[in-house]
Amino acid sequence: MRKETKYVSYLDYEGQYKGIFGWIFSTDHKRLGLLYLYAIALFFFVGAILGLTMRVELATPGETIMKAQAYNGVFTVHGVIMIFMVVIPGLSAVFGNFFLPLMIGAKDVAFPKLNRLTWWILIAGSILAIASQFLREGPPDTGWTFYAPYSTKTGTSVIIATTAAFVLGFASILTGLNFIVTIHRLRAPGMKFFNMPLFPWALYAASWIQLLATPVVGITLVMLIFERLFGIGFFNPDLGGDPILFQHLFWIYSHPAVYIMILPAMGVITEVIPTFCQRRIYGYKAIAISSLAIAAVGFFVWGHHMYTSGMSEQARWFFSLLTFIVAVPSAIKVFNWIATMYRGSINLQAPFLYALFFIFLFIIGGTTGLILGAVAPNVQVHDTSFVVAHFHYIIFGGMGFAFFSGLHYWFPKMYGRMYNLKAANWGAIILFIGFNLLYFPQFIIGYQGMPRRYYDYLPQFQWAQTISLIGGIILFIGFFVMVGNLVRGAKKGAIAPANPWNGTTLEWTVPSPPPVENFDEDPIIKSDPYDYK
Amino acid sequence: MFSNASNFVQGVDMAFAIIVGISLFFLITLTGTMIYFVVRYDHKKHPEARQIKDNKWMEATWITIPLILVLYMFYIGWEGFIPMRQAPKDAMQITAIGKMWKYEFQYEGNKVSDTLVIPINKAVKISLKSVDVLHGFSVPSFRIKEDMVPVKDNYTWFIPGELGDFDLFCTVYCGLNHAYMHSIVRVVPEDQFNEWVAYLPEKNADAENPGYKVMEKNGCFACHNTTGTRLVGPSFKGIYGRKIKVMTDGVARELIGDDSYVETSIYEPNKDISDGYPANIMQSYKNSINKEDMKLIQEYIKTLK
Repeated sequence: MRKETKYVSYLDYEGQYKGIFGWIFSTDHKRLGLLYLYAIALFFFVGAILGLTMRVELATPGETIMKAQAYNGVFTVHGVIMIFMVVIPGLSAVFGNFFLPLMIGAKDVAFPKLNRLTWWILIAGSILAIASQFLREGPPDTGWTFYAPYSTKTGTSVIIATTAAFVLGFASILTGLNFIVTIHRLRAPGMKFFNMPLFPWALYAASWIQLLATPVVGITLVMLIFERLFGIGFFNPDLGGDPILFQHLFWIYSHPAVYIMILPAMGVITEVIPTFCQRRIYGYKAIAISSLAIAAVGFFVWGHHMYTSGMSEQARWFFSLLTFIVAVPSAIKVFNWIATMYRGSINLQAPFLYALFFIFLFIIGGTTGLILGAVAPNVQVHDTSFVVAHFHYIIFGGMGFAFFSGLHYWFPKMYGRMYNLKAANWGAIILFIGFNLLYFPQFIIGYQGMPRRYYDYLPQFQWAQTISLIGGIILFIGFFVMVGNLVRGAKKGAIAPANPWNGTTLEWTVPSPPPVENFDEDPIIKSDPYDYK
Repeated sequence: MFSNASNFVQGVDMAFAIIVGISLFFLITLTGTMIYFVVRYDHKKHPEARQIKDNKWMEATWITIPLILVLYMFYIGWEGFIPMRQAPKDAMQITAIGKMWKYEFQYEGNKVSDTLVIPINKAVKISLKSVDVLHGFSVPSFRIKEDMVPVKDNYTWFIPGELGDFDLFCTVYCGLNHAYMHSIVRVVPEDQFNEWVAYLPEKNADAENPGYKVMEKNGCFACHNTTGTRLVGPSFKGIYGRKIKVMTDGVARELIGDDSYVETSIYEPNKDISDGYPANIMQSYKNSINKEDMKLIQEYIKTLK
């Protein structure tokens, strides 16, 4: 029984509402995916400008363009925007929303109205975060970690910024919940867990972290707000509180939060590599299970952010050992990705190029994480720019480059048009060069002792700060090349076929851009997701 | 091959070098393999991909080898660290106090210094305390770093092995002048140290004043001093009875320094802002300074003429 329906793409569909209301009141997971994309791209741009301002300020010792108080506000706001508004929602909200239902053969997520509400919550939280910049008390100056007791004492707008993070946390929890139910309930007939594509697998693991860990930070921030408003002594020792308690509660969420961002990133890479090698993924089960292993073990390593806080030797031992164990499943993924390239038929297009850069940057980010996880070397590099370089390699080099990879990979499906392939490769190369120039020198001066969150520094560190600024400028040029090319492609690019890269997963079986309800009839799954015969 | 600045340099640098070595090996091998595959199996040369089945022995190998390597790296990291928490009992005792945004070092006999001077080749144990917020105690050349946490005392120890001046940084963000919370560790021959410590002044008499203690605990002296010069905020010297120019709700006016002015400035710091100082830098201390402590503060400030 084949229903005869006229094909209307989700972009052209006109429902109850017209124009912009047709978007912001839409419950279509694809439209919401694009709404997230635009919102997050805007936040990323703001965060990146703040980052560049910091690099300009640090270009010379002493005051360059702003005062210390302004600088402290800028690095706090850069952190809050990038962490809570860009990388945590990032991949799962944009590509998860758009492609999870398509990849498992569903018409939408399990709770479409909740999904729409989640986007609104993200926007509400973001408005609060941005408002905290303009209030009379001045931008928060605590760092994105809001460490007590400073955060209980400073006169700046800490309450509104933490409220923003609290609200944004709800968006994350609800997305996680929605995806878990979607994956359990809405898979196409015949699709078992172990013939589900690996991006949904990664989202599944990350969603559990979102659901279970986010409430901890939510409560912690409420405790901080209550402490400031009513003088309840949770964290401030003057009132009988414990400042270390705040760090524990904060990192119980904020370490797993790293996996909220990196697991979906690994998922994207796992989709891109088989497609551009035209080969089935090597070690399907190992990759799927390693996602769960990372999520599970990742809950018990938070203490490595606190080695120097005076915690007991036994605690340092325990957290260090588990930190090393959690490295193994990540290594397994890297080996499997590279093994998938063996005897493939490799087409070096932008998504794949970004994936290669991802692997390179992720190895650097991951292995410098081993240095930080080992207790003795950690003493030297803890709280220095070595840490700054390390987490930018993971978050930006990892999650960011995976995001760009996914964006170039699924772009033809999302917009039904193609970008310029050559320009896309050039964008990737410029970004890669700029990125390494920006962050690599920070490893070196970090080992020499340059502390992080420093407005001013000793002259021996200046050489690295100058190279970093040049890298930052090149990085910005790369963004403009990449974004310019994509925007032009979305407007004027050649019409894209349904399956431009010869992928095997379900999203490539529907037209580009997909129709409103994705599939005319439920697909029936009989084989592996990466079945190239 | 390792510097001898402290007894920990070798353990830390050795662990660091081994982990960097293993990491570089993997980075180069994996990147090289990746580039080789991309060139060798380019679709123009290799149009037909070979579908290769999973090999469980292969998988087992690349689970086992990394597992052994990470356990080894964990162990050498741990091994380099153990001595850092085993201070000898006869080590010289110094207390380091972190406060916004300076260090104070207390030697035996209630003597204080803002530079950490220590004799070479002698074990020093430093108790780390903070009076206000979190601070860090980091001497990169010695490979030591521990946090200074209010109420929860921490410590570090080391044996300096080279003469000279070494940078001491605050590594835990502590507010406005965090980047300027910097001092020097000066390692000198023992006889020179004994001479230096003999001439070290005793802690100033104000330190025993109950009002001073309250103010120190609340970090007041980070921004205000008692000598009449300007820091982040105005000095406490000579407030009582003096005519003070302030901005109240954007309007300039003059008032006479008295108890109520001191109280307003602590409970509602942004109400009357001293002429020439920015607003919104200080927050209210209503929750941390009660009325009794306020009396003590007022009595102390009265003594600063």
